[in-house]
Amino acid sequence: MNLTLKIWRQKDARSKGKIVDYPISGVEGDMSFLEMLDMLNEGLIEKGEEPVVFDHDCREGICGSCSLQIDGEPHGPDRFVTTCQLHMRKFNDGDTIYIEPFRAKAFPVIKDLMIDRSSFDRIQQAGGFISVNTSGNTIDANAIPIRKEDADQAMDAATCIGCGACVAACKNASAMLFTSAKVSQFSLLPQGQVEATERVMAMVNQMDEEGFGNCTNTGACEIECPKGISLENIARMNREYLKASLKG
Amino acid sequence: MGGLIKSSIARKVAMALSGLFLVFFLLQHFSINFTSVFSPDLFNELSHFMGINPIVQFALQPILIFAVIFHFVMGFILELQNNRARAVKYAKYNGSANASWVSRNMIYSGLVVLAFLGLHFYDFWVPEIVYKYVEVNPEVPTRYYEELVHKFESPIRTGLYVLSFVFLALHLWHGFASSFQSVGFNNKYAVGATKFAKAFAILIPLGFVVIAVIHHFNH
Amino acid sequence: MSILDSKIPKGPLADKWTKHKNTIDLVNPANKRNIDVIVVGTGLAGGSAAATLAELGYNVKTFCYQDSPRRAHSIAAQGGINASKNYQGDGDSDYRLFYDTVKGGDYRSREANVYRLAEVSGNIIDQCVAQGVPFAREYGGLLDNRSFGGVLVSRTFYAKGQTGQQLLLGAYSAMNRQINRGKIQAFNRHEMLDLVKIDGKARGIIARDLVTGEIERHSAHAVVLATGGYGNVFFLSTNAMGSNVMAAWRAHRRGAFFANPCFTQIHPTCIPVSGENQSKLTLMSESLRNDGRIWVPKKKEDAEAIRTGKLKPTQLAEEDRDYYLERRYPAFGNLVPRDVASRAAKERCDAGFGVNKTGEAVYLDFAAAIQRYGKEKALTSGVHNPTKEQITKLGEEVIEAKYGNLFQMYEKIVDQDPYKTPMMIYPAVHYTMGGLWVDYNLQTTVPGCYAAGEANFSDHGANRLGASALMQGLADGYFVLPYTIGDYLSNDIRTGEIPTDTPEFDQAEKEVKDRIEKLMSASGTNSVDFYHKKLGKIMWNKCGMSRNEKELKEAIDEIAALREDFWKNVKVLGIADGMNPELEKAGRVADFLELGELFAKDALTRNESCGGHFREEYQTEDGEALRDDENFKFVSAWEYKGEPKDAVLHKEDLVYENIELKTRSYK
Repeated sequence: MNLTLKIWRQKDARSKGKIVDYPISGVEGDMSFLEMLDMLNEGLIEKGEEPVVFDHDCREGICGSCSLQIDGEPHGPDRFVTTCQLHMRKFNDGDTIYIEPFRAKAFPVIKDLMIDRSSFDRIQQAGGFISVNTSGNTIDANAIPIRKEDADQAMDAATCIGCGACVAACKNASAMLFTSAKVSQFSLLPQGQVEATERVMAMVNQMDEEGFGNCTNTGACEIECPKGISLENIARMNREYLKASLKG
Repeated sequence: MGGLIKSSIARKVAMALSGLFLVFFLLQHFSINFTSVFSPDLFNELSHFMGINPIVQFALQPILIFAVIFHFVMGFILELQNNRARAVKYAKYNGSANASWVSRNMIYSGLVVLAFLGLHFYDFWVPEIVYKYVEVNPEVPTRYYEELVHKFESPIRTGLYVLSFVFLALHLWHGFASSFQSVGFNNKYAVGATKFAKAFAILIPLGFVVIAVIHHFNH
Repeated sequence: MSILDSKIPKGPLADKWTKHKNTIDLVNPANKRNIDVIVVGTGLAGGSAAATLAELGYNVKTFCYQDSPRRAHSIAAQGGINASKNYQGDGDSDYRLFYDTVKGGDYRSREANVYRLAEVSGNIIDQCVAQGVPFAREYGGLLDNRSFGGVLVSRTFYAKGQTGQQLLLGAYSAMNRQINRGKIQAFNRHEMLDLVKIDGKARGIIARDLVTGEIERHSAHAVVLATGGYGNVFFLSTNAMGSNVMAAWRAHRRGAFFANPCFTQIHPTCIPVSGENQSKLTLMSESLRNDGRIWVPKKKEDAEAIRTGKLKPTQLAEEDRDYYLERRYPAFGNLVPRDVASRAAKERCDAGFGVNKTGEAVYLDFAAAIQRYGKEKALTSGVHNPTKEQITKLGEEVIEAKYGNLFQMYEKIVDQDPYKTPMMIYPAVHYTMGGLWVDYNLQTTVPGCYAAGEANFSDHGANRLGASALMQGLADGYFVLPYTIGDYLSNDIRTGEIPTDTPEFDQAEKEVKDRIEKLMSASGTNSVDFYHKKLGKIMWNKCGMSRNEKELKEAIDEIAALREDFWKNVKVLGIADGMNPELEKAGRVADFLELGELFAKDALTRNESCGGHFREEYQTEDGEALRDDENFKFVSAWEYKGEPKDAVLHKEDLVYENIELKTRSYK
């Protein structure tokens, strides 16, 4: 199929960027979106133009490196996939496709479509852990039984890949879904409850400091999340936060 | 207070709580207005009670005014912050793919409701305050019904009134149900609560509209 | 005896590790504050090592090319992690895990290392649970296990099909705790370009900030390389796009021996290649073989009809299907080790029974499992006399609960519904057992330079069993390296900070800059990927699932020629002092072009078939691998001498005192 790509090009963090049009032909349905971009880049290199820079790594939907706002939606129009697993069969011959970086003040552009998501790391560093030593002198793994339902819910929250689609989709660029997924994972497990108060306060404070927007419950994050992280996690974090605030 | 709204979650909860308070007030307001349809006497009696009861006048009324102002001011602040959180906008943003129009445009439905409140204050509340506390007129317990009917004579005012309530319905459609999520209420009971909130968002504004239309055509 | 000293402690196997820990030197907590350690790579091995070293009190600097440590490719491991907890009471023990691993590795791994691995495996699970890793549980609240290839017990712990992700996030959270305390400085989007040696010891690295392009010097008292494997030398593999051999290869060039480069694991259950533009291959967890049955048509004409789309697999009668693994290996059936399953698939496809357009795919069929689980579920949920539809529906629900995310991934990629029609799978390059040679302390032949996880060669011999990579990465990082490195660092308590303004750093930095300059100025015509794909083709065709002398010799020549062409004709656009992914790729491919040749040379030297290394000249009459313990019971450790063809082979003889060497049989 033949497509017209409208791609955001930006030289570096300080430069201004703009949308540039690229026609591309010979795209096949079995190609992933990133393989389509690979093909574009091979063509650009041949012509002596600098290839388009974008983040990607595992290309199997789990590392969370790839991003891209495709036609106004993070990871494109398909559901429960990252861009690397979005296939071109979802598009039609003759389509025009907008390709932009995830936009948020807390995700500054590094180059072209590549963004800096270290704000997510800092939120995790603020409290996204359980303070146990890694020495191995812990109690036996089966010493504390955990309800299967709780373990499963913790797992569902923990599947977050930290890609930032929630922020990109949100009209407010809020990071609540990301932050709440981690808070939830730990608050659902007995091991994590010990530090629950400090954790939620520290992580929410860091999230606010990074300049993400406020949550207004539009639910866009949940719809666009490639891993289907539920809004229930945000409610749980709100609850945890209120509890923590009242405790002081 | 400052501490309570320092974080994004606290602000969110504050929005939810002030909103819930306003929802409660709306229900109360509607209940009294509704009596005007079938019993002018009961309406007068209730309005009179509200008009002279010191707890209502000097405790609840200021709280209400504070809640209204807080809800609006906070709404603006949040909107500004949220705008700043995405300095460079998307060239193409397909918001309808993942969120309803109402949820994305609370500021606009809110602004219409705010404009309406201005009109409403100008129509009822300001004359009422002037009547009672500035001119210090004697209290006539039967005047309320006539004032009400008089206001709905104008088709323009009635039209504006109807339009405003459509926007109020939109505002409530997202706002009421979403306040549960904001305060952390999201479990198996939340499904029912959400249905109730959605029904409320339609029925109460519709009720206000019906009352206005009835008085318009009945005067 | 060669110059390789494995430093295996004396004494009975089961006591070696404990005794070793009791006798090695330690660094006192006050002194640890004055010692810096660099950890390159932040996957399971690097992340866990960094967190533990920082917790012990060392000043740690971590480096990763990804934008966050959490994205290291350990995250993609799906199936699970082994541990000899014996929670299922099915007779598991440290010895049995040790035995299975040595046997699975086709008797080419070091006994003492593997036993230590088995010994600490239980600790890993305890540690991870304490960290909040949400492993799968049973209704009673205790941990669940499943079974993996090549073993007869259920010892695999898992978190849905995302075990690697959860374990990595656990290690990452432990790192975060130390970053928060200021004990780890994380350098993300940084790539190590060289190892710096001072007085023969590893004392630092040269790294490039991938965002600014700046070349940086970082010094430390020891350098840990946990940079994963080199599967991407094949271009198409299940590795991440960025996975590369650069750090290990640079260390190799500085004197670290490279061991068993030809031991590569080709994983049997991957999604087949779909076209020329494909950039990577996707693995489907081995756990699928617990319930999926692998088959191809019995008759060639049926296979042909399927390939041309005239026949659907579901239409083929049971008696016309060849469940070749169950036929050839009745004892282990579909759960034979990976190397055996991969070769069997290739054998059937080469014989003309392949089932996709290219003829390079076999079926992995869940229909039988769906029926079996459906009936079971109907019984337990009180549905009497269930209809066929009810059974299918219930069965599909069970399968979805177990493998839902994998099935979804398959459907997204292949555009077929694996609940209704069998999956198509084909082997793909997945893991490299070879790597930097290390002694029992995980130290390479460069003093002060350590290698952990997939980057070293130590534990998996010639073939790795499923769910053992995660175990090894975390064992090295949490429980082995932090102790053994102390023995070395105890000599450094008076050294003080290592300055970076020394001639050694000057020299290393200059070499790095010259190399970048050379890459940028090669005013050629071909893209980096052009060379990478060419190299991959040579590797896959001539050093892949089966190898022979003639083709290996060809491969050596072709790779050498390709390397020469690369340095003349590669085209790298963009700038060196800023973000430039093409430049990054070019540096990595340049090293792959050297490693590839050594790989082929190693395969050529090893005149036997063992594990993932199958030499066509050395097989039994029915096509099984023919090992030669008399002549090849050793580790090949290659010393760098300039060109790969000049590399010198050193042999570490493998001594088996606790296991009797047998022909590996899964029949």
